[in-house]
Amino acid sequence: MPEKLIFEKSRPGRRAYAQAPALATATDIPAEFLRQDRPMLPEVSELQVVRHYTRLSQLNFSIDTNFYPLGSCTMKYNPRACNALAMLPGLLNRHPLGPVSHGQGFLACMYELQEMLKAVTGMRAVSLTPMAGAQGELAGVAMIRAYHVSRGDHERNEIIVPDAAHGTNPATATMCGCIVRELATGADGDVDIEALKQAVGPKTAGIMLTNPSTLGVFERRIIEIRRIVNDAGGLLYYDGANLNAILGKVRPGDMEFDVIHMNLHKTFSTPHGGGGPGSGAVGVGKRLRPFLPIPVVGRSDTDGSYHWLTEKDLPQSIGRLSGFMGNAGVLLRAYVYMRMVGRDGMRRIGEFATLNANYLQSRLRAAGFELAFPERRASHEFIITLKTMARTLHVTAMDVAKALLDEGLHAPTTYFPLLVPECLLIEPTETETREALDRFADAMIAIAERAKSDPASVQGAPYKMPVRRLDDVKAARNLDLAWRPEPRPEL
Amino acid sequence: MPFIPHTEDDVKSMLQTIGVDSIEQLFDEIPAELRIDELVGVPDALCEMEITRLMRARSRQDGTPQCFIGAGAYEHHVPSAVWDIATRGEFYSAYTPYQAEASQGTLQVIYEYQSMITALTALDVSNASLYDGASALAEAALMSVRANRKVKTSRVLLAAGVNPTYEKVAHAISGNQGLVFDRLPLDRHTGTTDLAALATYDQEVVALVIQQPSFFGTLEPIDRLTDWAHQRAALVIAVVNPTSLAILKAPGHWGADGADIACGEGQPLGIPLSSGGPYFGFMACEKSLVRQMPGRIVGRTTDLEDKPGFTLTLQAREQHIRRSKATSNICTNQGLMVTGATIYMSLLGQEGLARVAQRSQQNTAQLAAKLTSIKGVTRLFDGPHFHEVALGLDRPVGPVLRALAGQEILGGFDLSASHPELGNALLVCATETKTADDLERYRRALSDILSASRK
Ligand SMILES: Cc1ncc(COP(=O)(O)O)c(C=O)c1O
Repeated sequence: MPEKLIFEKSRPGRRAYAQAPALATATDIPAEFLRQDRPMLPEVSELQVVRHYTRLSQLNFSIDTNFYPLGSCTMKYNPRACNALAMLPGLLNRHPLGPVSHGQGFLACMYELQEMLKAVTGMRAVSLTPMAGAQGELAGVAMIRAYHVSRGDHERNEIIVPDAAHGTNPATATMCGCIVRELATGADGDVDIEALKQAVGPKTAGIMLTNPSTLGVFERRIIEIRRIVNDAGGLLYYDGANLNAILGKVRPGDMEFDVIHMNLHKTFSTPHGGGGPGSGAVGVGKRLRPFLPIPVVGRSDTDGSYHWLTEKDLPQSIGRLSGFMGNAGVLLRAYVYMRMVGRDGMRRIGEFATLNANYLQSRLRAAGFELAFPERRASHEFIITLKTMARTLHVTAMDVAKALLDEGLHAPTTYFPLLVPECLLIEPTETETREALDRFADAMIAIAERAKSDPASVQGAPYKMPVRRLDDVKAARNLDLAWRPEPRPEL
Repeated sequence: MPFIPHTEDDVKSMLQTIGVDSIEQLFDEIPAELRIDELVGVPDALCEMEITRLMRARSRQDGTPQCFIGAGAYEHHVPSAVWDIATRGEFYSAYTPYQAEASQGTLQVIYEYQSMITALTALDVSNASLYDGASALAEAALMSVRANRKVKTSRVLLAAGVNPTYEKVAHAISGNQGLVFDRLPLDRHTGTTDLAALATYDQEVVALVIQQPSFFGTLEPIDRLTDWAHQRAALVIAVVNPTSLAILKAPGHWGADGADIACGEGQPLGIPLSSGGPYFGFMACEKSLVRQMPGRIVGRTTDLEDKPGFTLTLQAREQHIRRSKATSNICTNQGLMVTGATIYMSLLGQEGLARVAQRSQQNTAQLAAKLTSIKGVTRLFDGPHFHEVALGLDRPVGPVLRALAGQEILGGFDLSASHPELGNALLVCATETKTADDLERYRRALSDILSASRK
């Protein structure tokens, strides 16, 4: 292992003396409530901690250090100012239950963020509380259900989900007590309209659509889809994870969708932090407005001051999804980002994300890579399939992904969407230079050549990472999920 | 276009490679009638200097009052190293560690984190985080329904001291799957669950949720409640404050057999208050329940050369594999907060965290003693407490809190909205960050306010 565990650096009696308060006098809590042992936290010095975690950080790829074209994840530059300004003391130390008299600065940012998100999506109202895309989805589907129930329409519990959809879509429908009806994709990458006509009916609660879809193409028959679903009495959910592609060009509200979730940690550049936090703010149209999750920030007509809208103001709300108001610090970063980008910049994001994707697609196509949808424009991302390489040379998409790591390039998304065999979903984002795209294309070309001349060398990649390929089967079979002083427990 | 690097020449030659005349042409698959030309409602761009000025003004507007509010989020000292290191670009701007070989840093941090959470809770396994404490309880309740095959109900029982907001959130998240929540009554003397009610409670329940310390800062009779639930084939879900676990009995040791699942708000472990988030929810459970757990889990394994390394594991529980049959829809979690918390727990260590817990408990006891020396202020509940205490006032709490806020003191959480049956009740908290002077300043301010309006 390149770096020992922090526990293995621990020595009894050592500690970071500057960080803990002086000893309090003995507690008056009766023994029946106290623990008899000391929890096994490491005993290390401050320098040991700083060095340990700094060194661990250096084992990661990140946007700040590597090209990271992970499809569907929008790994664009996360401006440093967003972080620095969200951590100003008045904002960073504000208690969530503090009075609005000591929160007007923060609430002003949140109110203006709601307004800007309304503007870019064309929706009527926005709630910022969902803490990631999946929670935004949960809010959206719960609102759709609440809408039907409020009309006495208790039978509508089917959610239509295209087979290309992200896994969170069907999982969310289940969490909302709905039944998933999966919808096939046509050969051109658009939803199969005939299949949709078959799928809708009196039990249809709604459809969850991602647009541009996770296949990297814009759903061209969007108006027809809306009509079919609406005619059947269903509502329309817009998975806005790919909003980056269409910023300033077309708005889900103008497509008359009822609800959208946005991944602020994609489109509005808040950091992914190695897995989170995110924010899945939701926007709604007229029909779902009464059901928005709370709290929402309101502004007084008389004096312009800001306040919370709660159960009292939105009695039909689906309720609260977090202990307070969601990932406020993430929302602040998105706010700063949107203010820095501004109106014109917003449109250019969609344009240059699309330019970069189409350029890279053209370069790879010219080099002989097979596109999943060769007749289509790329949106902000596109898919290549390595099925021929896998069949003839036994070099898979996973092998190519690992070989890219050795070139200092993060791999694209692999094996998603599930319906395209041996696929790489490639999303360069607008913040990358043409040189970075060329480097990636050149590396792909070199790896493809190597797959022909020396397939074993690609199958064995990576070689230059801190570890070689890891044994996932062993990880799942001999579960080792937490360190224990020897002997380790058998799970 | 602040973060777009393209020169005019770049654009020209890229369009040529694509074989189109303009960027506009790349959008020709979007139906023309849907296209817009301008984004009305988004203001003009600000450069970094301008936005800095604006945000500093906003930050100043919110001030830096002295905070005695807890109620689920706690002000603790956060060592400088925590966010210095956690916001390094390599942690801050990485994605979920799907490419394990290029993410060993994040993966090892999570493995260490899981180890620390299992140590604090005395349970076998921990996941890599959920969104926050309230949503973690919702997930734990759903998990208990999947895991408990002995009973056929979706009724979850809450001990009296469970945070009322957590109940609302659990209901909003799980209600559509048929979960219902019921609550045991409060003993008005002790501020803990009324044990007399256990004897007459006759509903079948899938799980009992016990919050320790309770929302009122009091200490629930965890052993008796745990054993009572287990006798009825219900699982026990512990909602715990991680700081308190440095000194309080760990959920794995509650009652004869221990709690089955523990979850809670991770914020006290080095996460700034930041208006309510981002925080993180933690969750740990017994090993027999691991396949019902929601969220990511990291395991240690070996590579081709038999070197140890880390990877995401048991992914067959998750939405990207199992789709509509997944244990949860969670995907993005609170990774960076876990990185911060792991650094925090390493810096504090077992001794440091115990000192934080003890000092907070003692400061709160001293604050309660000082405030109850004022005429018209009483303690609502007898018995031991951790770092929060409920006080009764002789008048409505709202105006008193507003008067205190006018002196830059946030005096606590007004219980009269969430618990009207307690009358004019106020929940106060003093963590290790408060000095004797701070406590005295609060006492004097409250005393002045109460006596001034009495005149
Ligand atoms: C298309 C799509 N929908 C939904 C999600 C879920 O978002 P989150 O991970 O923030 O929950 C993602 C991203 O992971 C996505 O790519």
